[in-house]
Amino acid sequence: MRNLLAVIDKEMKIYFASPVAYGVLTVFLLVSGYFFYNILSVFIQRSMMMAVQAQQFGGGAPAMDVPALVERNFFGIVSTIILFMVPMITMATFADERRRATIELLLTSPLTHFQLILGKFLAAMGFFVVMLLPTLVYHVFLYFYSSPKMALGPVLSGYLGLLLLGAALISLGIFISTLTESQMVAASITFGALLILWVIDLSAQAAGPLVQEILGYVSILNHFDDFSKGVVDSSSLVVYLSFVFLGLFLTYRSIESWRWRT
Amino acid sequence: MIEVDRLTKRYGNLKAVDEVSFQVEKGEILGFLGPNGAGKTTTMRILTCFLPATEGTARVAGYDVFEDAMEVKRRIGYLPEHPPLYDEMTVDAYLQFVARIKGVAPEDRKRRLQEVKETVRIEGYGKKLIKHLSKGFKQRVGLAQALIHDPEVLILDEPTVGLDPNQIKEVRELIKSLSGNHTIILSTHILPEVSMTCQRVVIISDGKIVAVDTPENLTRQQQGAAHIYMEARGSDVDVQQRLHQMEGVLSVVSRSLGEGEVSSYRIETELKQDVRGRIARSIVEGGFELLELRSLQLSLEEVFTQLTTQEEVRSP
Repeated sequence: MRNLLAVIDKEMKIYFASPVAYGVLTVFLLVSGYFFYNILSVFIQRSMMMAVQAQQFGGGAPAMDVPALVERNFFGIVSTIILFMVPMITMATFADERRRATIELLLTSPLTHFQLILGKFLAAMGFFVVMLLPTLVYHVFLYFYSSPKMALGPVLSGYLGLLLLGAALISLGIFISTLTESQMVAASITFGALLILWVIDLSAQAAGPLVQEILGYVSILNHFDDFSKGVVDSSSLVVYLSFVFLGLFLTYRSIESWRWRT
Repeated sequence: MIEVDRLTKRYGNLKAVDEVSFQVEKGEILGFLGPNGAGKTTTMRILTCFLPATEGTARVAGYDVFEDAMEVKRRIGYLPEHPPLYDEMTVDAYLQFVARIKGVAPEDRKRRLQEVKETVRIEGYGKKLIKHLSKGFKQRVGLAQALIHDPEVLILDEPTVGLDPNQIKEVRELIKSLSGNHTIILSTHILPEVSMTCQRVVIISDGKIVAVDTPENLTRQQQGAAHIYMEARGSDVDVQQRLHQMEGVLSVVSRSLGEGEVSSYRIETELKQDVRGRIARSIVEGGFELLELRSLQLSLEEVFTQLTTQEEVRSP
């Protein structure tokens, strides 16, 4: 436990000493804020148009739950933005330790591989949470200006989904970071891998029923949809957690095999 | 304290370390000497549990580096070839981190931090970012890192490389002052370093140990014959002839020094007798001017080259 905390603490110090971190935070906030504003105004306009139409043609205004639609689309967009941010968060985790030979310090210290990997993973998750935190403000605004008051369930499940999706992608990114000494190579490969996941998701939507069902289970982005609708499905939980486990396991094996080869 | 037994490390067909065996006693400084790529770093990495060996065993303080890696790691301070530093951390934060992962108890950390900073003389630099330090200071932080948990064994891979002469002297003195309490293995390809700091030397070449001994014995042992250097003025041929006639002289190599008839001679003589007096008398009696005469000690450099280039080792 003490070792784990030491690793997390060190990783956090390294994260926030790097300009990359502030770049990632800024870009994420700008982009997510822009989309939130955009989605919100689109749906407000649409609901107003529908209200006007309803007035002109008579009859009751059709029910349109603006906050729910906004939340759903917002989480969908954020899950895509994350694909671009995660490679930046994970690229240095092991690649940079190898480049500056600090891996020799870590692996010759009385520290288990498990503590090292878990520490790095939790630190990356910590950074990810720090990145998401400011977006809470958007929902607070939405909540105060919504009438009737919007349901908070989908917001909570949406963030739970983001955390799970983030954890899965981060574990994959950390694994890829063990494969090379170059941060840039690690970032590129991670980004490529995440794009492939995205493509799987897209092709699942376009494919025939059987393939769609299979790909739908495999695609971790697809499982995110439920969360943004406010549904916490245990099968999605299992998929994400197994993905995280797989990523960290591969990281472990990769370090082991690297030690035997070097 | 350290027992290495037939340690072998293979990379495919290449043997980086080939059946290396040696022991280090408690409190001793052992020098690991060899040309670049001889297997020094690989051996050290195996001892520090960074790399697994292909064959053979190594024990540190009674623990096997493969089976009881955690126990070994607790007892070893390691300074790799490149000091393992995080540029963006301050010296204090870095040492604090290392103290934590090396298992220094929380209540001792502050004191140990202060102590190692005093030992390597970086007291005033705690709040500095490591990236702003000069190379010499980075090396000292690397050394501080290896010392922080007061390990029984210190393994230093080329600790003086890249430092300026003053810093080299300081680091060597520091290492000497650490022996006694610590068992030290240091690697180097600089020979004087070994004769200055180490009690015993392991010379390694192409992954194999070619000699283990004290620096003094090594230089003596390799001298199959004594060598004398002489400068004299006079006919080169005559001088040589005179020398050859003398008892105890094995061979003479001469070289003209250009000015006048001055030549230098390298005379190989039998070990048993000191023929310098007789040579001097003989040269002067022959009517030549004797300009210089001294006995040549084979330097560790020459021993080293002999050992690492010749096939046959330990000629008597």
